[in-house]
Amino acid sequence: MTTIDVGVVPVPHREAPSRETYLNVAYTVKSWALTTDHKRIGILYLVTTTFALLLGGVFALVLRTEHLTPDQTIIDAYTYNRMFTMHGIVMVWLFMIPSIPTAFGNFLLPMMIGAKDVAFPRLNLASYYIYVAGVVWVIVALWMGGADTGWTFYAPYSAHSPSAVVPTVFGIFILGWSTIITGVNFIVTTHTMRAKGVTWFRMPLFVWAMYGVSIIQTLATPVLAISLLIVGIDHWFDWGLFDPHRGGDPVLYQHLFWFYSHPAVYIMILPAMGVISEVVPTFSHKNPASYKAIAYSTLGIAFVGFGTWGHHMFVAGISLFDAAAFGVLSMLVAIFSAIKVFTWVLTMRRGSVAVATPMIYFFAFLFLFVFGGMTGVAVATQSLDVHWHDTYFVVAHFHFIMVGGTLTAWLAALHYWFPKITGRMYPERWGIVAGTIVFAGFFMTFFPQFLLGNGGMARRYYYYDPVYQPLHVVSTVGAWLLGAAMLLTLCYLLVACFTGPPAGANPWDSRSYEWYTPSPPPKHNFPAEPVFELDPYDYTVPFPGELKAGGEQAPQEAPHA
Amino acid sequence: MPEQVAEQFEDLEKQAHAARLGMWVFLGSEVLFFSGLFALYTGYRTEHPYGFGVGVEHNTIAWGSVNTGVLLVSSYTVAMAVHMLRRGRNTASALLLGATIFLGLVFLGIKTGEYLKHFSDGIYPGGWGHFFEEHGDPGTKMFFTLYYCMTGLHAIHVFAGMCVLSLLLWKVLRRDIGAWAPHPLAIGAVYWHLVDMIWIFLWPLFYLIPGASQS
Ligand SMILES: [Cu+2]
Repeated sequence: MTTIDVGVVPVPHREAPSRETYLNVAYTVKSWALTTDHKRIGILYLVTTTFALLLGGVFALVLRTEHLTPDQTIIDAYTYNRMFTMHGIVMVWLFMIPSIPTAFGNFLLPMMIGAKDVAFPRLNLASYYIYVAGVVWVIVALWMGGADTGWTFYAPYSAHSPSAVVPTVFGIFILGWSTIITGVNFIVTTHTMRAKGVTWFRMPLFVWAMYGVSIIQTLATPVLAISLLIVGIDHWFDWGLFDPHRGGDPVLYQHLFWFYSHPAVYIMILPAMGVISEVVPTFSHKNPASYKAIAYSTLGIAFVGFGTWGHHMFVAGISLFDAAAFGVLSMLVAIFSAIKVFTWVLTMRRGSVAVATPMIYFFAFLFLFVFGGMTGVAVATQSLDVHWHDTYFVVAHFHFIMVGGTLTAWLAALHYWFPKITGRMYPERWGIVAGTIVFAGFFMTFFPQFLLGNGGMARRYYYYDPVYQPLHVVSTVGAWLLGAAMLLTLCYLLVACFTGPPAGANPWDSRSYEWYTPSPPPKHNFPAEPVFELDPYDYTVPFPGELKAGGEQAPQEAPHA
Repeated sequence: MPEQVAEQFEDLEKQAHAARLGMWVFLGSEVLFFSGLFALYTGYRTEHPYGFGVGVEHNTIAWGSVNTGVLLVSSYTVAMAVHMLRRGRNTASALLLGATIFLGLVFLGIKTGEYLKHFSDGIYPGGWGHFFEEHGDPGTKMFFTLYYCMTGLHAIHVFAGMCVLSLLLWKVLRRDIGAWAPHPLAIGAVYWHLVDMIWIFLWPLFYLIPGASQS
């Protein structure tokens, strides 16, 4: 196992062969399908959301391949319309929104606060099956031909589109309740289940992120649910609540939709920030430059995020004053985000920075997030937005910040907590190689799209002017590269699940609370009732060691500095 | 099965606290679920003040108000049911719960009667029906579409609340919950109060606030 080492070396650790873990406690299908263990539910979510990522990724590759030539390449125009719609729906609601909170949040949140489980374990399992039901509905919708409205379902077209709008929105409606239940569960868990010593300001920062995202999930998702319900009703019964033909107002739909869907961006990015806030201190071997700055800016983003939705409607006929107000509020989010960025970067200062795969993804995240964020400030400016609205510039912007941010952080999380989840190490060399290709592929896919959009290439167009072809080709090749790197990652991680060397309780020499317990953790998370005396980021003293049954802590072999 | 401490909690008190908090957070979610429709109502009423007035005048204030009374009394009975359960008087609590569920049924009955009257007047959601041949203002159409959507969604919540309370009634009768663990009923009652509260807002919007005169 190789790290390009500066401080943290995974300490090989001999497993006690007979120790009971959440994985070997039972092997039956039933023990997984009906589990109320938050860790197993997290794994179920991880597998299902990864499947969704694959599905959405295949759509993306087909779409990009179609754009190799200005005319038809492999699919016809109607298929193209339905495919970009389903790409967006699958990626947003089936993958990005649930990805980090449901998989890693479920797995880690109780452990990070020293609890045995979430507050409502059965509800947690129910939320998984509601999610699965939503996925099944979306797949049924796909089988019926899929919707062609774009993932935004803008009225009045969504009321009259010939495609399968009703099953699609119904699937998303169901997914929404899964999100809400998870949010309620996390909020209550954070409030009521913290172990002795875990005060609010000693919670690991990932928990703060989960708390902030849960607030958004519970408050924004129901608005989406009701809006999409009305879209379905308008399509099915022609009640015309959003249809100008029957007295409805399509701009009202946009207001309701974006009231949810802008905060939804923070549902995607706050968990990513939470992951980064864990990765950076661990691999810098240093406390965060300011714990409170990160914690408070999480809440700041969660709240200000509710006041920015109008920036999607600058050219939809809202007043100049409203547009200016929404523009300024949107820029406030950039301030909170910048506070986080500076804090992460400052955290590395004078730390002893280890370059491992999660850190590669942190660097990728940092670049994509800052670049995407700055272009976000640009499109929040009215005058510029008029030029860029509905072009590839916007497409590139939200892919950089939402997808770039979430995907790199998700991959960072996958590698960072891989030892905790599986008890084994992944191959570091492969990880660094794949991470670098992921970043290169991503950049190559979306950077040309900024140029395309600025040059006037409109989004969602099937035919385009041949003048745009070279940049489209570069973008497509980038997408293939990204797809290949993702497949590579999937392969070596799957292999490492079974053949990786044992990881030990705390391979990264972190101070965060989930590393106190053996890997993989026992059924109730800790071998004994945990009492956390140290801060989760206190690197001034050595790691007190893995918690053993009976409550004493065994110091691990000191990692050589 | 009597109410027990789940393995992830230390004691029943913590468990009750968690359940209460969970319900309140969920209620916040429910409020926002309705808020989308309230936003539509506000938007469309601002656009069509006259047409909305026509709709309000067509609705029967008396029925809306009787239903308000019915729900308010039901909130009182469910609150008393919790009170009695805390005192360990399961039978009294069960009777009060039964009364609450009955009042919910009365509410739904009156609501159904109103819907039937509207249908016979030729008022259907989406601006369909012969009523709108005379009252062609797009605002009136929108008023009744929203009327059906909002009161309909509320009625579904009343029904859901009745199901929850029926389940709790069964638990009270079986002595699964009692003075030592009254929190499941208290939480169910909180949900019932929310359903009541939402109606308190629907009542003026659809029955009381007169519209602007045609200008
Ligand atoms: Cu936005």
